Amino acid sequence: MTTLLIFIIVLFVAVAMWQMVKIFDLAQVGASNNQVATDKDNTFNGYMMIGFLIFIYAITIASFVYLGDLPLMSNAASEHGPELDNLMIISMVIIFIVQTITQFLLHYFAYKYKGEKGRKALFYADNNTLEAIWTVIPVIVLAGLIIYGLFTWNDIMNIDESEDPMIVELYAQQFNWKARYGGDDNVLGKANVRLIDLDRANILGIDEDDPNAQDDVIVTELHLPVGRPVLFKMRSQDVLHSAYMPHFRAQMNCVPGMVTQFGFTPTITTAEMRQNPDIQDKVANINALRLERKAEIEEAGQDLNYQFDYLLLCNKICGKSHYNMQMKIVVETQEEFDAWIAEQKTFPNSLNK
Amino acid sequence: MSATADTHAHDDHDVHHHKETFVTKYIFSQDHKMIAKQYLITGTIMGVIGVLMSIMFRMQIAWPEQPNVLFEALLGKWAPEGVMDADIYLALVTIHGTIMVFFVLTAGLSGTFSNLLIPLQIGARDMASGFLNMISYWLFFVSSVVMIISLFVEAGPAAAGWTIYPPLSALPMAQGGSGMGMTLWLVSMAIFIASSLLGSLNYIVTVINLRTKGMSMTRLPLTIWAFFVTAVIGVISFPVLLSAALLLIMDRSFGTSFFLSDIFIQGEVLHYQGGSPVLFEHLFWFLGHPEVYIVLLPALGITSEIIATNSRKPIFGYRAMVASILAIAFLSTIVWGHHMFISGMNPFLGSVFTFTTLLIAIPSAVKAFNYITTLWKGNLQMNPAMLFSIGLVSTFITGGLTGIILGDSALDINVHDTYFVVAHFHLVMGISALYGMFAGIYHWFPRMFGRMLNKNLGYLHFWVTAICAYGVFFPMHFIGMAGLPRRYYTNSNFPLFDDTANANVVITMFAIVGGIFQLVFLYNFFVSIFYGKKAEQNPWKSNTLEWTAPVKHMHGNWPGEIPHVYRWSYDYSKPGHDEDFVPQNVPMKDGEEELHH
Repeated sequence: MTTLLIFIIVLFVAVAMWQMVKIFDLAQVGASNNQVATDKDNTFNGYMMIGFLIFIYAITIASFVYLGDLPLMSNAASEHGPELDNLMIISMVIIFIVQTITQFLLHYFAYKYKGEKGRKALFYADNNTLEAIWTVIPVIVLAGLIIYGLFTWNDIMNIDESEDPMIVELYAQQFNWKARYGGDDNVLGKANVRLIDLDRANILGIDEDDPNAQDDVIVTELHLPVGRPVLFKMRSQDVLHSAYMPHFRAQMNCVPGMVTQFGFTPTITTAEMRQNPDIQDKVANINALRLERKAEIEEAGQDLNYQFDYLLLCNKICGKSHYNMQMKIVVETQEEFDAWIAEQKTFPNSLNK
Repeated sequence: MSATADTHAHDDHDVHHHKETFVTKYIFSQDHKMIAKQYLITGTIMGVIGVLMSIMFRMQIAWPEQPNVLFEALLGKWAPEGVMDADIYLALVTIHGTIMVFFVLTAGLSGTFSNLLIPLQIGARDMASGFLNMISYWLFFVSSVVMIISLFVEAGPAAAGWTIYPPLSALPMAQGGSGMGMTLWLVSMAIFIASSLLGSLNYIVTVINLRTKGMSMTRLPLTIWAFFVTAVIGVISFPVLLSAALLLIMDRSFGTSFFLSDIFIQGEVLHYQGGSPVLFEHLFWFLGHPEVYIVLLPALGITSEIIATNSRKPIFGYRAMVASILAIAFLSTIVWGHHMFISGMNPFLGSVFTFTTLLIAIPSAVKAFNYITTLWKGNLQMNPAMLFSIGLVSTFITGGLTGIILGDSALDINVHDTYFVVAHFHLVMGISALYGMFAGIYHWFPRMFGRMLNKNLGYLHFWVTAICAYGVFFPMHFIGMAGLPRRYYTNSNFPLFDDTANANVVITMFAIVGGIFQLVFLYNFFVSIFYGKKAEQNPWKSNTLEWTAPVKHMHGNWPGEIPHVYRWSYDYSKPGHDEDFVPQNVPMKDGEEELHH
């Protein structure tokens, strides 16, 4: 039935188009009708070019107004975040300046020099000075960006072990996350997927005989003390995953067969972030939107009221439930963290006897 | 570079007196013009499938888990009660990417226009090997058929993303699509690569050896330069993908461990040890990144030609344009790592690839500025092909600029694999290359079919497409900067992203309208083949050689001697000539000089 309906609609569209073409063709009786642009077409499309330029600017402005509340360009919650945001803003400003000017020139020229019968274009094949200018300017701008970018990149990726970062393992599997703390000695026990023993609930494949593993703590909600550098060691047991923590400007793939790493220092606790006016606006906006979809959300068994939380998301396609592979991150004071971790079972206690 | 081929041996052949049957003329044709049409039509059919898929998954993103008649009609068991299944969502995304990148924008674009234009624009009777050319098309056809068959296998088509990273793509237990669907995907791609290599070798040999008298490399139209360099990139990089695919097949079927190590899945440890998925990423992107330019360069070549012709002006900075094509080609083979900044490879490599990646912005910027300068003080003939070419410059700039952010390893950390990336590459290579393809079709349709496309339908097609393309991909940047990952079946498990939901609906609306209006083009295309206005010999008053050949189907292109070439292809509005164009086969007048460097 639906197929028939779709077929009929397509048929009608086709007929309508055929009729339209007929009308266009009839309207052009007398004029030379060889389907090559005439002066009239040139004028029409020239004006359309200006219209299109306005459209590009309008959609830019509209995107900024409606979607410009970019939590990713402000309110970074890690030490390196503001540095990265700065680079992002500088790059964005350069991009928007170049975009605005070049799109203007392109569409304005297309309008200004729209063809007229009998006019001859200017034969202008090359100009070395001009070309040198627009080779050198991008070189200078890009050199600046490259150097700035490389310094930022090195800052982020070179982990200073002398700062005594807290070691946390992020463990990925289809389709959830686990985190493992090194415990009192801040050293992770050895682990390999070949040691996984589901019957004993040794789900991360930790070596039970390794002394360093005895105080390890495995959790399903990531807690981080504010102000202390963290060094994440990422592992995956099955396919590629990516540990994406957008609020901290952090991301690294989790690769089966190897350990990858990423380090940062959280600077704002969850409680503080919830008091941030920008975030409060965002949350209020989201909650207003959620109220509109009340029935649907309650049917799905979710909380209607959204409260801000840091998140760890999977950001590398990993299978059917990729879209729901997440872990809550709580940043808290050192005291709160210490109290929380003391309540967690250590690895030997978490095993089935 | 001034070597010209001796074409006289060819001239003596009585090539156009062969008896042609229906089969040799339309099916197993060795004539480059017919093969071009075969590529075009196959590519168009694949394009329709690819676009339809994108509309379906866009509907799912906008109205997650809502019943939809379209899903019910087209997806069958994958949409119980009309609600799209999460597995098929990933499959649609995967096959959409594969079809659009390889089948439409590589084979459909290069296959059509390299085949049509290389012999006609350089003045050759045909490709260097018509037989290999025929095989190249039929391999492409077979690979298309295998890809379509893969859509119907029991456990679903390949669904690991078009980049098919192992282990997801290697382990049937990791996802349904990694079973038979992935096997067929790999087989299809292996055949496709063979087809592409045969085609590319043919293009390279033809351009080097079969140029007519006077057609030095510095007189080649930019179209040919672009096709030639594209073919070179293809020959360098496609074999690497083939080897990656073969190694993956071995891991999947013969128990080797090239890409796999230490895997525990569904309650058991697998035997794989010592391989690395990162190796696959390197091999994949060694093709994957040049592939962007394999898609884009032909489009840039086509539009260079069309913008010059329709501006009635020489292309500005011909030598700079050639130099930037060469620079882009060279750099394109040493930037692949920018897809892998956060893959776990050594951060130092990240620095190196940031450097080479941002360098590629320089030749790209030169090209954009040269296009704009070509328009300046021109006499622009706003034919549909010209509109699409200007549209290409516009999306090339918009999409290219955000490459500065993604190419910067530090900034990539936070926007990697978000919708920001989707927006970027769709504008800069997807839409731009598609515009190049449309421009080429509108421009050379008269050469292919002897008839004209209806221009008013062309205008309608362009303006709606142009608005929808920006409507879809511009706001998408912002959704990406808000941190929304790509390839999520639904975002409803993340209240954090609820404020992007409305924008996603708007984007999908633009996508649906844009998709529907492609029907205008399809209608125009198929109806005009049979009922279009008869074309004049040289409707756009162009300089290049293809407009001197008769349109009537004939093997060998020119009835008599192949025209000789006396000038470059951009003598438009040259002072001292009454007409505003001087075809390449017109000898220099007494005392006439070349006015370009």
